[in-house]
Amino acid sequence: MDALVFVHEQLTGKKEFPKFKAGDNVTVNYKIVEGNKERIQSFKGDVIKRQGRNFTQTFTVRKISDGVGVERVFPLYSPNIESITVHKTGRVRRAKLYYLRSRSGKSARIKEKKQIIEKKAKAVQA
Amino acid sequence: MKGIIGKKIGMTSVFEPNGKQTACTIIEAGPCVVIQKKTVDTDGYNSLQIAFGEAKEKNTPKALLNHFAKANATPKSIVKEIRNCSIDKQVGEAITCEIFTEGEKVSVIGTTKGKGFQGVVKRHGFSGVGEASHGQHDRQRAPGSIGGSSYPSRVFKGMRMAGRTGGDRVKVKALRVVKVFPDKNYILISGSVPGHNGSIVLIQN
Repeated sequence: MDALVFVHEQLTGKKEFPKFKAGDNVTVNYKIVEGNKERIQSFKGDVIKRQGRNFTQTFTVRKISDGVGVERVFPLYSPNIESITVHKTGRVRRAKLYYLRSRSGKSARIKEKKQIIEKKAKAVQA
Repeated sequence: MKGIIGKKIGMTSVFEPNGKQTACTIIEAGPCVVIQKKTVDTDGYNSLQIAFGEAKEKNTPKALLNHFAKANATPKSIVKEIRNCSIDKQVGEAITCEIFTEGEKVSVIGTTKGKGFQGVVKRHGFSGVGEASHGQHDRQRAPGSIGGSSYPSRVFKGMRMAGRTGGDRVKVKALRVVKVFPDKNYILISGSVPGHNGSIVLIQN
């Protein structure tokens, strides 16, 4: 196990990501190389899965594009990931949201989780 | 020919400079001590005898202890020979993983994981005989016919059948060295190598 950590410390770049989990709405800015040009593509959707651990973990983002469900798997520590921004934290009861695949429209929405900390802060103010 | 003995540590995947993710095996390779140099004049063939892994003195036979002592080496657990070795080292000197460079193609020899008594589907890649439906049963992983009847009235030698699987010495060729870490004696090799984690492998080129 130490060997794995050592190898990744040497080869995998250190990265800071915001905390996110399944159910969150995120935008992933991903570097794409076309010929010898490099550009950044953003992919916005709901995280339906986080898989693996440590330096090889991946997460899956699902969005509806032109009425068609599109899913993309990103390796979390990929050097091609420019940044990840979290827009909403979802209130979900599962770690893997596969049930979203068979749903559409209103039932495929994820409720937003209201931040408890904000509530407390407001309560204190009041 | 050059080579080094190592211990398989485990697998992971790393991102290469081109952004591609590559599955890799980490091998703790060396340091190996040169125990003996064999030459055509004295032994009939050229080879370099190298040893790897610490062993307890009380568990090592006296004959081996003295053999190691000749090279001023502590008792080792693994001794292997590399024929026609191109490494220019004297007896008692250490071989490290620095003999390999990044991007080099190597072959790795090891003993595969033992699988026990297995059927022909797992052991030889047969497809099985029957279908799941149409009234068939118990034939999905069967070997099928093993030969004729009255002629030849026997089963040919070497007919592939069920049996003990795995635990064989296997050489995997043309694996790429992704990275060498001389400080820790680690070699990162693309792809998989035979055996379970902690098993002894020989890296050759």
